[in-house]
Amino acid sequence: MYVYDEFDRAFLGERVDDFRDQVTRRLSGELNEEEFKPLRLMNGVYLQLHAYMLRVCIPYGTLASNQLRALASVARRYDKGYGHFTTRQNIQFNWIKLSELPDAMAELAAVGIHGIQTSGNCIRNTTTDPWAGATPEEIEDPRLYAEVIRQWSTNHPEFTFLPRKFKIAITAAKHDRAAIRVHDIGLRLHRRGDETGFEVIVGGGLGRTPFVGKTIRDFLPKEDLLSYLEAILRVYNSGGRRDNIYKARIKIQVHEVGTEEFSRRVDEEWAQIREGALRLDEAAFDAIRDRFVNPAFEALDDAPAALAEALKNPDFARWHANSVGPHKVPGHAIVTISLKPVGKPPGDATADQMDGVADLADTFAYGEIRVAHEQNLTLPHVRQKDLPELWRRLDALGLATPNVGLISDIIACPGLDYCSLANTRSIPLAQRLTERFADPERIADIGRMHINISGCINACGHHHVGHIGILGVEKKEQEFYQVTLGGKGNLKTRLGELIGPAVSEEEVVDVIERIVDTYLDLRESPKETFIAAVQRLGLDPFKERAYAAR
Amino acid sequence: MPLVKNGAVVPDPFTVVEAEGPLPEGAVTVPLARLLAEGADLAGRNSPLGVAVPNTADVRELAPHLPHLSLVVLDFPKFRDGRAYSQARLLRERLGFTGELRARGNVLRDQVLFMVRCGFDAFEIEKADDIPAFAKALATYSIFYQPTGDGRPTVASLRAGHA
Repeated sequence: MYVYDEFDRAFLGERVDDFRDQVTRRLSGELNEEEFKPLRLMNGVYLQLHAYMLRVCIPYGTLASNQLRALASVARRYDKGYGHFTTRQNIQFNWIKLSELPDAMAELAAVGIHGIQTSGNCIRNTTTDPWAGATPEEIEDPRLYAEVIRQWSTNHPEFTFLPRKFKIAITAAKHDRAAIRVHDIGLRLHRRGDETGFEVIVGGGLGRTPFVGKTIRDFLPKEDLLSYLEAILRVYNSGGRRDNIYKARIKIQVHEVGTEEFSRRVDEEWAQIREGALRLDEAAFDAIRDRFVNPAFEALDDAPAALAEALKNPDFARWHANSVGPHKVPGHAIVTISLKPVGKPPGDATADQMDGVADLADTFAYGEIRVAHEQNLTLPHVRQKDLPELWRRLDALGLATPNVGLISDIIACPGLDYCSLANTRSIPLAQRLTERFADPERIADIGRMHINISGCINACGHHHVGHIGILGVEKKEQEFYQVTLGGKGNLKTRLGELIGPAVSEEEVVDVIERIVDTYLDLRESPKETFIAAVQRLGLDPFKERAYAAR
Repeated sequence: MPLVKNGAVVPDPFTVVEAEGPLPEGAVTVPLARLLAEGADLAGRNSPLGVAVPNTADVRELAPHLPHLSLVVLDFPKFRDGRAYSQARLLRERLGFTGELRARGNVLRDQVLFMVRCGFDAFEIEKADDIPAFAKALATYSIFYQPTGDGRPTVASLRAGHA
């Protein structure tokens, strides 16, 4: 956990006061809605279909237990008793009154959290691997760099009115759990000899014009991180399109000028500032590294007897098989908490569940919680011997659904139930799919599978990179869904391909089931995953069966 | 439109002139295209010279003219259009411009601190009500994370104890 120092706390206090003043001026009419909009957006406040929505930033998805309790309190006091975790490792409250917003924000600021730059055309929350600092795969904890970027981008005077929103993601592990190739900037930490640096990827993104990001630098020394980012942002701020909101992301600029020319412009700018005030020396890294408090891990052995005994229970074993990952410290494990119980909206947690998880984190996991971009929670540091008891208590909270990484672990946008942009509802479809695929044995047999649902072309549910992607479209005022297959969101990012005409709301669950059955019939062995089978077989066999009933 | 400098409303000595036509006596602001075309003649006048630069221009084009310029006016056609922030930093930090750097257009109090941090020191204020709030807006924050050319100490320098 990064612990705020006096400067971070002072800034946050000033920000809360600033927004309180802006809300006061809006309520008095001194500011009109058009003028207020970018100000509220920069504090994470949207005006949705039914109410104002507050999006709270969870920097690189890391929460301390007291922060999660503060989120629970906001959910209980100012919302309807729940919150919604997002694919950007943030949380949204959907039912907050404008007049109460500053109070909710002050309550959050007291524990160091806020809604700053969770929306608006500025640099958003930098996201990273929810397993950061815990996974044996990583070469270094990427959160240090995410925090360096957080500070540099906070209230950046030059880059607060960009052509469009700007998202940065960073990973340091072999498996990309941060989807860095579909961000405006993706950073992959790696080593060259003794040096640590970044592969820099720009211009990825989903939305109505999906692009896989392009590498413009194979190895950026870490001390140059901020000068290089500043060069990219300056080239974008000066030259990104502003004539059409749908063409204003950096991906369009990179596409239109070409990767080579874009990279040349960045290098030209970078050469001018590389040796300047943004250069990071070891002391600068140390000052931030020192504020990360890491758990004092106990010296334990892997595979303790208590765990071996508990694994004889098939229910526990099933949960353990998909929710528990390896940890870099012996005797420890990473636990993913599914927020996808059967029949419930994906990513939602009640205030009581948040309090419950906070307590479990204190008891079993050194007080730390992460938000994963799949809209689940993670306890990054759990003692293996505690896993059986943790599982029992999660189950009592309704949080032990054994479906992490499986077909019912669905990513869905808020859809037409909340969002003013959506064409179709996403949550009820996700609920129906989890009901159709409710049998734990069946979903374990289907194996690794990502279904992503977006309620409109803006692709907040990342349907392009779902193994099965579902995109809501409107046809004659009816809700229809397009289905894509074969998308992947990792370092080998691929965009899914459309299998054919959109299907109706009544048909769509059956169509998905027929696609899954096709896979089960045609796979070479249970070891061949769905995505591998789609790549081997192509779309045709799936297409044929999907539309067979018509 | 009231002109604010150092927190106070001041008279604007510059007359705005168009792309063509005779120049009046005294201080003038010309459009960028006219400066680029008639730079030498304009520099020879014995009065302060200003230039109004659209936010699509590459300000590096101004480099040879800067020694003769007392004023550069940058444009915010909409407060949401932030290109002039980059132009301002380049003028101050890269090209070393030390004259008046003025923000024109949709200039509102909630943006003024960002502008100051990027090097602006004069503001044509759209809403007269905003003027008394200016000083307050500039004092809203005391904590700054990024180094810019404005000389304000950054959090990093404060942490290191050498601010």
